[in-house]
Amino acid sequence: MLETTIAPPGVESAVRCRGLVKRYGELVAVDGIDLDVRVGECFGLLGPNGAGKTTTVEILEGLLERDGGDVRLFGLSWDHDERALRERIGIQLQETQLPEKLTVEETIRLFRSFFRRGREVDEILEAVQLTEKRKTWVSRLSGGQKQRLSVACALVGAPDLLFLDEPTTGLDPQSRRALWELVEAYRAGGGTVVLTTHYMEEAERLCDRVGIMDRGRIIALGSPQELIASLDAEHIIEFSLPEGASLPPREELLALAGVTALHQRDGTVQLVVREPHAALPALLDALGRHGTGLADLRTHHATLEDVFVAHTGRQLRDG
Amino acid sequence: MASRLDRSPLAQLTLARFREFLREKEAVFWTFVFPVLLAVGLGVAFRNRGPDVVAIGVAAGADAGRLAAALGHAEGVRALVLPSDAVDDALRKGRVALVVASRPDGLHYRFDPTRPESRLARLAADEALAPLAGRPLPPPARIERVTAPGARYIDFLIPGLIAFNLLGTGLWGVGFALVRMRTGKLLKRFLATPMRKSEFLFSFILARLSFLVLEVGSLLLFARYAFDVRVHGSIAAVFAVAILGAMVFSGIGLLVASRARTQEAVMGLMNVVSLPMWILSGVFFSAEHFPAIMQPLIRALPLTAVVDALRAIMNDGATLAAVAGPVTIALAWGVASFAAALAIFRWR
Ligand SMILES: Nc1ncnc2c1ncn2[C@@H]1O[C@H](COP(=O)(O)OP(=O)(O)O)[C@@H](O)[C@H]1O
Ligand SMILES: [Mg+2]
Repeated sequence: MLETTIAPPGVESAVRCRGLVKRYGELVAVDGIDLDVRVGECFGLLGPNGAGKTTTVEILEGLLERDGGDVRLFGLSWDHDERALRERIGIQLQETQLPEKLTVEETIRLFRSFFRRGREVDEILEAVQLTEKRKTWVSRLSGGQKQRLSVACALVGAPDLLFLDEPTTGLDPQSRRALWELVEAYRAGGGTVVLTTHYMEEAERLCDRVGIMDRGRIIALGSPQELIASLDAEHIIEFSLPEGASLPPREELLALAGVTALHQRDGTVQLVVREPHAALPALLDALGRHGTGLADLRTHHATLEDVFVAHTGRQLRDG
Repeated sequence: MASRLDRSPLAQLTLARFREFLREKEAVFWTFVFPVLLAVGLGVAFRNRGPDVVAIGVAAGADAGRLAAALGHAEGVRALVLPSDAVDDALRKGRVALVVASRPDGLHYRFDPTRPESRLARLAADEALAPLAGRPLPPPARIERVTAPGARYIDFLIPGLIAFNLLGTGLWGVGFALVRMRTGKLLKRFLATPMRKSEFLFSFILARLSFLVLEVGSLLLFARYAFDVRVHGSIAAVFAVAILGAMVFSGIGLLVASRARTQEAVMGLMNVVSLPMWILSGVFFSAEHFPAIMQPLIRALPLTAVVDALRAIMNDGATLAAVAGPVTIALAWGVASFAAALAIFRWR
């Protein structure tokens, strides 16, 4: 596991938490988390369903009581500076049913009225590309439009810090890209983002740094490039054998040129390798020696998904 | 450019309540159309007809013709001669309320004393047949017939319906709406903004007060023009009590919504609260019919208090001071339910 990066002195932390714990009866949903998110950064919590991402961000958002640990946003605490903090942060919850029979414009105006300072309704409508839908009832919006409206309600107070909890789950690829652009535009204006996701492409595209979360803990932390580099090999060879065939011994495969790790799941074998052009012929040789054919063979550049597999032996999407 | 109204959370929250209500066809139906339909239905079913006519049977026999003629001349009596084997059947089916038979030892009456119209028939028969027996009754010195507005069923019903409607809109408009916001995580979403909880709750009160004018006004106007129901006391007093009632029932709505996590749970609670009051509080028929031992309990119910106060003002022309009793009871319910609801309200 990588060490937590401590913010250098002089750089203000947007989020700083230490030893965060949340229990639900026997279950420890959040198990001692330390985080530092720098101002202007986009930080992602990546993990499967049930990892504790929502619980963690809702504690950071001051919406859920914690059982232990300390939380500061911009050096302020929820216990003493709630109102000041609420003016400065924007929140999109994992699932909110906005009033169905209000129009897009009425909804944004309602949320705008809660903030002392913020952006004009027209400006926000433009930013989330809902200007044409301004008179449409919320119940008549598509999933992607609803999600953009939800983000609009989070942006309407011109927040310094934006929390997004699984903003693109369940969206089609086009809506997903539209939302990514929205986040990038917000960041271009100097905003700080904390988001959760179980899509590695999303984390790789949007986040400066990612914390990989599993079972209430952060098991790896760093920029997507750092995390992938930490595998000590940047390519993955994935293969499966025909039914009934048996795999050559683990040690033999691990000893092949450039192979640094091996994971096995449901009949699929993953080799983490430095150079596929060296490892592939060696693998084929080894299989040939054992008289085993191949049912399937693929290679790809290592991703955050592979980092998760390396740490847990499980796939992200399995939950 | 954004106006003052655009920047006021209270105005925006209240507007949102308004819009959501008016855009929900069902809510508009139950609040405005249903009470009017109920008033029409019950008003027609129980409209005051001419005085009832009682049917008296005469068992066939020697004297039957004479008896029937004497009965037939009496006011409000219809007489029919029955073959003796049809007597029991006619009584049982209510075709006649009383059967008179002439027997050697005198007149025989046959009737069911538990039926009010049978007792009525008996009195009518006594009176009509007395001359035959040779001892006419002295006629009454004076007869007064009274059918005044204010004493009809519809006059009794309208104040009851107003109070009944206030209870329904308080439970649905506040209680159900809040729980729906909780289950949809909207309450939590609002809490994630700098919105003040007090302004949020106050917006419900403001919305209720505005709708109340329409709710009560439409029913009063309808009753006035369709049934000539008049307000004998002051209109201001009627609205003062209606406002109090709306607040009390909003408080009760808030209380049933304060912990419920699902819509089913809050609907169950709403039924528990409202059903006993619909039955006991004298909305559709006088609560005086219930046994004396239950009366203190019935008087203590908030719906009874509001119904009684409205009825006294509308039908008897009572002043606010004269209804201080029920008003105090309602006020106590309002204060207690708001206090309890705010103490235990679940925001997330
Ligand atoms: N209110 C709750 N009561 C009991 N368990 C909960 C509650 N909320 C979350 N959990 C449990 O805590 C764990 C973490 O949940 P969550 O933070 O929602 O995960 P994620 O957002 O990563 O999918 C899960 O096992 C979930 O079942
Ligand atoms: Mg979640």
